[in-house]
Amino acid sequence: MVELGKYAGTVLGAYGVSIALLLGLIGMSFRSSARIRRQLEAQEKRMGRHG
Amino acid sequence: MSIWEYANPKRFMQTSSWVLPWVTGLAAMALVTGLTWGFFLTPDDYRQGSTVKIIYIHVPAAMMAINCWAMMLVTSLVWLIRRHHVSVLAAKAAAPIGMTMTLIALFTGAIWGQPMWGTWWAWDPRLTSFLILFLFYLGYIALWEAVEDPDTAADLTSVLCLVGSVFALLSRYAVLFWNQGLHQGASLSLDREEHVADVFAYPLWLTIAGFVLFFVALVLFRTRTEIRARRLRALEARERMA
Repeated sequence: MVELGKYAGTVLGAYGVSIALLLGLIGMSFRSSARIRRQLEAQEKRMGRHG
Repeated sequence: MSIWEYANPKRFMQTSSWVLPWVTGLAAMALVTGLTWGFFLTPDDYRQGSTVKIIYIHVPAAMMAINCWAMMLVTSLVWLIRRHHVSVLAAKAAAPIGMTMTLIALFTGAIWGQPMWGTWWAWDPRLTSFLILFLFYLGYIALWEAVEDPDTAADLTSVLCLVGSVFALLSRYAVLFWNQGLHQGASLSLDREEHVADVFAYPLWLTIAGFVLFFVALVLFRTRTEIRARRLRALEARERMA
């Protein structure tokens, strides 16, 4: 394990916040993509049925 | 073949579907290698100690915060001039990424600043212009949500993007414009006038490449979602009219 000395909290805090924000952004993007895909498929199916 | 062919949503979806996995893979490789190299295999700085490792996140995030707005400026101009929907949808897709990058730059800067400058925050030109850039991102996203008609929203957000570009530019050159404040100059420069030591610069270049590729991958992914959402709205409207 890397030795961070007295600034361990500072460095790990910076990395932790950044990774959390990036994962949040990725998660939100995937969630919104899945929701839109689902709705679009349902809409296309419905319109296909009704011409 | 012309770039304007990608203004066709179908063409964009086809091309991005095979480009996206490659860009995502390259982004993951560059980020994992760069961050591992920077975090585990570089020495402490003689003045900053281990806090120098924050550079591998702070600098790429700050660069992407500004460059994302520059990309939004270009795509917004394409919308205003040529009325290509894919272009403005790409700007809409990029905004949350740019906002996140700005937040990361602000947070990591504050966390680093506390032990190094003795303060979390100062009304320094670069810090302040970054805060304003963050507010512009927030306003841009809110404006998209607030206006119901998509073309009106695209027009208004594009104009807001033009105005915000002044602050994106200020964020980049604030240190030079006002030769004052706490923030230092550029960590990397191609003419090597201002440069961190090579031992820090090599992994830093790699993480910057990783952040750029990550940005491209996520913009492509989110633009695909926006194109699907637009098709969904069009189908819903067609159904209502029938």
